[in-house]
Amino acid sequence: MTAEAQTLGRREQSWFGRLFAGYGQEIIILGAILLLFVVVWSINPRFISPNNLNTIFSGNAYIAVAAIGMSMVIITGNIDVSVGALIGVLATIAGTIAVSGYPVWVAWTAPILIGIAVNFLVGVLVAYARIPSIVVTLGMLSILRGGLISVTGGAWISNLPPEFLLAQQRPLGIPAPIYFMVGLTILAAFWMRYSAFGRSIYAVGGNPEAARAAGIPIERRIVQVFMIHGAFAGLATILFATQLQVIQSTVPPNLELTVITASVIGGVSILGGSGTVIGSTLAAILFAAIGSALIFVGISAYWLRAVIGLLILATVLADMARRRQAK
Amino acid sequence: MNWKAILRHETILAILVVLALVVLAAQSDRFFTPENLLNQGRLMTEVGLVAIIMTFVIATGGIDLSVGSILGLVAILIGVFWQNLGLPLEAAIGLGLVVGTLAGLFNGFIITRFGVPPLIATLATLALYRGLAEGISEARSVRGYPDWFYVLGQGQVLGVPTQLWILGLVAILAAIVLGLTSWGRATYAIGSNETAARFSGIRVDRVKMAIYAASGFAASLAAVIFVSRVSTTRSDMGTGLELDAITAVVLGGTSIFGGRGTIIGTVLGLIMVQALKNGLSLAGVRGDGTIVLIGAVLILTILISNLFHRDGNR
Repeated sequence: MTAEAQTLGRREQSWFGRLFAGYGQEIIILGAILLLFVVVWSINPRFISPNNLNTIFSGNAYIAVAAIGMSMVIITGNIDVSVGALIGVLATIAGTIAVSGYPVWVAWTAPILIGIAVNFLVGVLVAYARIPSIVVTLGMLSILRGGLISVTGGAWISNLPPEFLLAQQRPLGIPAPIYFMVGLTILAAFWMRYSAFGRSIYAVGGNPEAARAAGIPIERRIVQVFMIHGAFAGLATILFATQLQVIQSTVPPNLELTVITASVIGGVSILGGSGTVIGSTLAAILFAAIGSALIFVGISAYWLRAVIGLLILATVLADMARRRQAK
Repeated sequence: MNWKAILRHETILAILVVLALVVLAAQSDRFFTPENLLNQGRLMTEVGLVAIIMTFVIATGGIDLSVGSILGLVAILIGVFWQNLGLPLEAAIGLGLVVGTLAGLFNGFIITRFGVPPLIATLATLALYRGLAEGISEARSVRGYPDWFYVLGQGQVLGVPTQLWILGLVAILAAIVLGLTSWGRATYAIGSNETAARFSGIRVDRVKMAIYAASGFAASLAAVIFVSRVSTTRSDMGTGLELDAITAVVLGGTSIFGGRGTIIGTVLGLIMVQALKNGLSLAGVRGDGTIVLIGAVLILTILISNLFHRDGNR
């Protein structure tokens, strides 16, 4: 196709067509969320009560925040199955610091810094020691999970100081986690689309040889992306750990799978190189809404995981089919 | 790839296993007793069955994360078929094995037909199969099986736990298939270079489907033994089993990139992990502490292996 024909073709597309070409997956998920809300609301109007909306959006914001970092990791062609265990460990550390009388900002900063440090190690093992990320993070998962339970015995941390409970604050009547979710998603989306560093993440995952030829230091970039992912895991921890008056020092079950699923369903390709964090945040909201909707329409919550499993499978297959067509 | 290098890895591992056994025996006089060792064999069987077939999976360059969920699903189904549908227990077990094998075959199907990377495909079915187990069971457990069923998991034949005979049989069969048959050669060929294997006339997709189905079967067999051993079914059975199995396989010298690995290595890896778990718990380390060690051993083994063979790049 000549350049002229390309321009013509582009001009013939409506603004919506262009938007859909760029953000197809995101628009589909947004549509699914709206559809779900309308259907469930017509069955049971209490679904959109402020209390339930608060549960859906604010209570699950930490998953969306963790999925931002996970998306970046997956875009580089790697994966992290230890993020759930990491969040469990970081929550316990933050809670312990908070009840030990240190200033609140220390309890908020520590998980971010420790998250960065742990994932620095993971990144080095992946990028420089060339151990596949699945193996490193499987190992890390059992180290963190086992370490947490043997140190704390699964005890609860209570008597948290009220000023520590960030997620319960409501500036302008909106729960704080929603600000974090929306703000971080927009920030990360712009940064990944328009900054040189952000673009290079896609290059590393899409075509490492070309990225190397273009002068991108692949190993260093992978370590940096894992560190950023660690920072987001730390931020997610703060939102997660400050929701309730107590912190249970165990690993939230299946959290890593929920986070990975949000990224993948949000349109981040499992083969690396494409996807946006807007999609992963929308997917996290969709999951939370599905989980809540099952209860409101009277389906047993026991089936939640099977529904989510089917969703992942369908999305992955659709992703593969789309890639085949693109070829 | 040369067979001397393989022999060397397994020889080193065998020496390490012997060393570990000697040290652990010296640490506690309860370790090196026939009762303890046979009991450890009993505990090792479920992971062992899965790990032996996982050796094939990883040797093709794949991975199967769904084995723990298949175990949970089959355990639940056996209980449901037997108690809720009123089938004879033999038929319930048979059906459970069929469903588990089909679950594995389904993994193979989406991996070969749709080209989904095994990691993602089995991560998705990990959620799906565990979700089905949870949905079907609704947190109910099934107990009160007839006495003959417990022979499998709690009984003995000629003084050795029943399931150790099964594990031994499966290990020998697998070693023969992987080491001496054209199926074994095909497994290595796919793991070394799938395209070349395809051009050499190997039916790559068929071999892979068979291997994933076998992995599902091994997980189902492990489910039957697990239920018989603990006398009950719960939907969370087998959670984390995949990690233990992968650790044993990788520790045994199978390359995570495929093309290399032996059953003897995997069996040695299994013994090493089980001996460390048991030895540490006898030395007073709690169960969760041993998980830390297994994770560390997994990372360190591959790290060291990568340092020695600089062929891990891909």
